[in-house]
Amino acid sequence: MPKEEMIAMLLAGGKGTRLGVLTKNIAKPAVPFGAEYRLIDFPLSNCTNSGINTVGVLTQYKPLVLNSYIGSGSSWDLDRHNGGVTVLPPYVKEGGGSWYKGTADAIYQNIEFIDIHDPEYVLVLSGDHIYKMDYAEMLNYHKEKNSDITIAVLEVPWEETHRFGIMNTNENQKIIEFQEKPENAKNNLASMGIYIFSWEYLKKYLKAEAEAEANNDSAGDFGHNIIPKMMADKLNFYAYTFKGYWKDVGTIKSYWQAHMDLLGENPKLDLQDRNWIIYSVNPNRPPQYLSEAAEVNNSMINKGTQIMGTVKNSVLFFGVKVARDAVVEDSVVLPNTRISSGAKIKNSIVGRNVIIEKDVKVGFENDNIETDEIEITVIGDDEVIPESSNIKTGMVVG
Amino acid sequence: MTPVYKKGGANMNNVMAIINNALDESFLDKLTGHRSLASVPFGARYRLIDFPLSNMVNSGITNVGLLLQTKYRSLMDHIGFGKAWDLDRKRNGLFILPPAHIYQANRAYKGDLQNFASNIDYIKRSTQEYVIIGSPNVVANIDYRDAFKYHIENKNDITIIYRELDVFRRDTTYTVMNTDDNDRIIDMKVDPKKNYYKKISMQRYIMKKDLLLDIIDDCISKGEWDFVKNAIIGNLKNLKVYGYPFRSYAAVINSINGYYKSNLELLKPNVWQDLFLKNGPIYTKPKDEAPTAYKNGVKAKNILAANGCSIKGDVKNSVLFRGVKVHPGAVVKNSVIMQKSEIGPNAYLENVILDKGVQITADKSLKGDTNLPMIIAKNTLV
Repeated sequence: MPKEEMIAMLLAGGKGTRLGVLTKNIAKPAVPFGAEYRLIDFPLSNCTNSGINTVGVLTQYKPLVLNSYIGSGSSWDLDRHNGGVTVLPPYVKEGGGSWYKGTADAIYQNIEFIDIHDPEYVLVLSGDHIYKMDYAEMLNYHKEKNSDITIAVLEVPWEETHRFGIMNTNENQKIIEFQEKPENAKNNLASMGIYIFSWEYLKKYLKAEAEAEANNDSAGDFGHNIIPKMMADKLNFYAYTFKGYWKDVGTIKSYWQAHMDLLGENPKLDLQDRNWIIYSVNPNRPPQYLSEAAEVNNSMINKGTQIMGTVKNSVLFFGVKVARDAVVEDSVVLPNTRISSGAKIKNSIVGRNVIIEKDVKVGFENDNIETDEIEITVIGDDEVIPESSNIKTGMVVG
Repeated sequence: MTPVYKKGGANMNNVMAIINNALDESFLDKLTGHRSLASVPFGARYRLIDFPLSNMVNSGITNVGLLLQTKYRSLMDHIGFGKAWDLDRKRNGLFILPPAHIYQANRAYKGDLQNFASNIDYIKRSTQEYVIIGSPNVVANIDYRDAFKYHIENKNDITIIYRELDVFRRDTTYTVMNTDDNDRIIDMKVDPKKNYYKKISMQRYIMKKDLLLDIIDDCISKGEWDFVKNAIIGNLKNLKVYGYPFRSYAAVINSINGYYKSNLELLKPNVWQDLFLKNGPIYTKPKDEAPTAYKNGVKAKNILAANGCSIKGDVKNSVLFRGVKVHPGAVVKNSVIMQKSEIGPNAYLENVILDKGVQITADKSLKGDTNLPMIIAKNTLV
């Protein structure tokens, strides 16, 4: 196969523990997002929009839905003669096999795959972040700076620096220090978990790390093992500052907040931008129907929905039905869920194929009066909420 | 697509289909100024061709030929290799059958049988024993398996799917037919001034492929060139031609007003349920539009909308295609707004059809009549 400039390795094996019932049956990158998409659509679409035609998707936790979703990759124009998208689960080798024991280990176990494509550079991505980014620009930057490792970073508020991996840079954007979730950060540039490595170096360090006696044939994590070693050896690290919208939807609250960010007059994340299309496996559904009685305001609604009631400040996935006199407010409703008449839902995430029977209330009464913060109520997939029940604020059903 | 499972449904492996696009489309005026009837947008996110094509695929047919006539660029763009219908196959799949007579010196077009004749090799070479011939001008969601089963069991030579109508649109002409008590077709008339019979042809014909080849040869040898009038009506007496009743929603598109009313008719829940949810989904070319955004202050009632719209104004009783923008203060009533059209602030539209990419600037007011909608041609700036 012809040598490629850069291929992407997408880490998609995460369980997403903090998303609770939303990842009960699926890997985190397969979690639905934005009325139409799944999380993995964002990095995959960014790849195709950036001209990256070879993407390895590293899967491990509950991969069935994710595998069939990715399919041949044609949804993202990644069904190619050379390259395209390849799903890479752990496999058995001559000396036995093992699960991916870390982010770097996942790449290490697929050195053969990368060598087939023989790239100059390897882009490492995570499958659970929401953003639109041109990786080609990042690569240009990597080359301009004569960098060995380029890490995409984002300016975060100083008071939140303790939640991130912080890059301390000099005036040239060269990274001189790396602080993992620091108490006292020296900078406010947080790593976005997006790396460009020169393959030659990365391969060398992965092998060295795995071959070290103590590591038991595992290359470990980028953050804990590889990056610190490269740092110690004084390789050239540069920070590439990203200015756009970026969200780690790792928690229920941030998942809900990211959906609210799609709404408003000028949404923080504009999905309707035709210059940077987010592709997905288009579910084939009829157009959306709003009845004479429908009241819709400040909402994002996908095809195949039937709205007879009131929908405010909400995001509705395909196939959702909102009956007459039902009210959905400040909520996210996942595919094929039915909300019966008289039901009222506020500040909630409602899972797939849920049936909310008549006059149910979700997210209204709050036992915890102390807090001013919005608490999100969650209903897991395939639940049936019986008539007139009252699901209190902050509860998780399923 | 795997065919939609139907218990006891006939096996369609032995059936091919031909969609006849050699139809007169001039009645749609500006809407067909640059496109064939088959690629006329319909129902917020579809083109007319999507209905027969999806029905065939859902019934289990995997070999479909498209007979083309004129202005087929937009149709080809829409269909591509047939991927959206899962018809990009190694064996069988979608076949584009261009008109050959345009290469002849005198270029005289005699009739649609000429299109069949130009592509006779495709029909001959197809391995299936039976053929269903359909047209894009009747919109319905039909499962062909029942009709095919009837065709075989009743040992018909030709089976025509029909629908019995109680109410006829004054603005639409129909191919009407009369049957005896056993549903044998004894008379059939194409677009008569007076509607003699209550049964209208759905323009779906089932027969053996060899019979089709014989009929084509026979008609052409006598100088007859019209598929329905010659090949079908001409054989009512000497062949066993039976009707098969279809009882769900059907729209016949052969006038501007009929087209307009059929679009708005989709706002009735029983109509869109019949058309979109029964007998399997209707497939169309995906566009990867984001979901539709309803902004603050929007009033949207009784509408069908595709994805990618951004609505800030007041929209009522209307059908919006993909990527339509309605600015604040704009009012849209009883209208059909096609892909990527934009309606400026405080504009007023009533009984209007906007073709693709029309821009209505601020404060403009356009009003058609309920029975004669105003049509604005593609990419017009008003």
